[in-house]
Amino acid sequence: MLPKLFFGYFAVAITALSLLVVTRRNPVHSVMWMLLMFFNLASMYLFLNAEFIAAIQVIVYAGAILVLFLFVVLLLNLREELQTNRFIRAWPAGLVIALALLASIFFSISSFVPGISGRYTNDYVQKETFTKVLGQVLYTEYLFPFEIASVILLISIIGAIVLAKKRTRS
Amino acid sequence: MVPLNWYLMLSAVVFSIGVFGFLTRRNIIIMFMSLELMLNAVNISLVSFSHYLQDMRGVILVFFIVTVAAAEAAIGLAIIIALFRNKTTANVDEMNEMKG
Repeated sequence: MLPKLFFGYFAVAITALSLLVVTRRNPVHSVMWMLLMFFNLASMYLFLNAEFIAAIQVIVYAGAILVLFLFVVLLLNLREELQTNRFIRAWPAGLVIALALLASIFFSISSFVPGISGRYTNDYVQKETFTKVLGQVLYTEYLFPFEIASVILLISIIGAIVLAKKRTRS
Repeated sequence: MVPLNWYLMLSAVVFSIGVFGFLTRRNIIIMFMSLELMLNAVNISLVSFSHYLQDMRGVILVFFIVTVAAAEAAIGLAIIIALFRNKTTANVDEMNEMKG
């Protein structure tokens, strides 16, 4: 009973906060609601025994990505945006597309059959701690994708500097 | 024990909210945030799959998604700054230099 109660809280909070993110007129308010939603999401990951993912959700998403968003919102002067319409004129069409997607996913979930369980049972993960098990799999089986991820981050650093640099006219 | 299907439904709801925001908003920053919302919806389902199927691959995929989301946020926000320097607006309907 108690786990379902917790899940109900997280489901209601995450849904309401994501609705607030997409409907606010002021982007700063959106960023703030998104921060709250990321914290709720991190606590839901704790609820799923994924404490390392909860930590990187708070550190990377809330700490790095949202601060970047906030910097850009503050850097751009969006005064005139506050007077324009919140949604496009054809917003019911967007609503219909989103609801149709939701309905099709719901109907396909009802026929979902889970596959065979892997060897990382909850008892094993709790005994070895989640972060250690994750590291063991990541640095042996998924070492090559991990190296590629570092190259992606390097390219994004270079790309961000090149794109955001002010061009000086000579 | 909460059924796995509930997590998948929550993930679907958040993903649809992200799609709705991306289709109906014209402020480029909020469209970008809807994109992040969709990535997070996928993360919910991957973490719950990993927990219920007792496998580590879902969590590793989440790790890579977070990496790519960080890279994408850095590049995307740099593009937004470059656009804003040229047009002084965050409305994507007014960015129509590349048509015809």
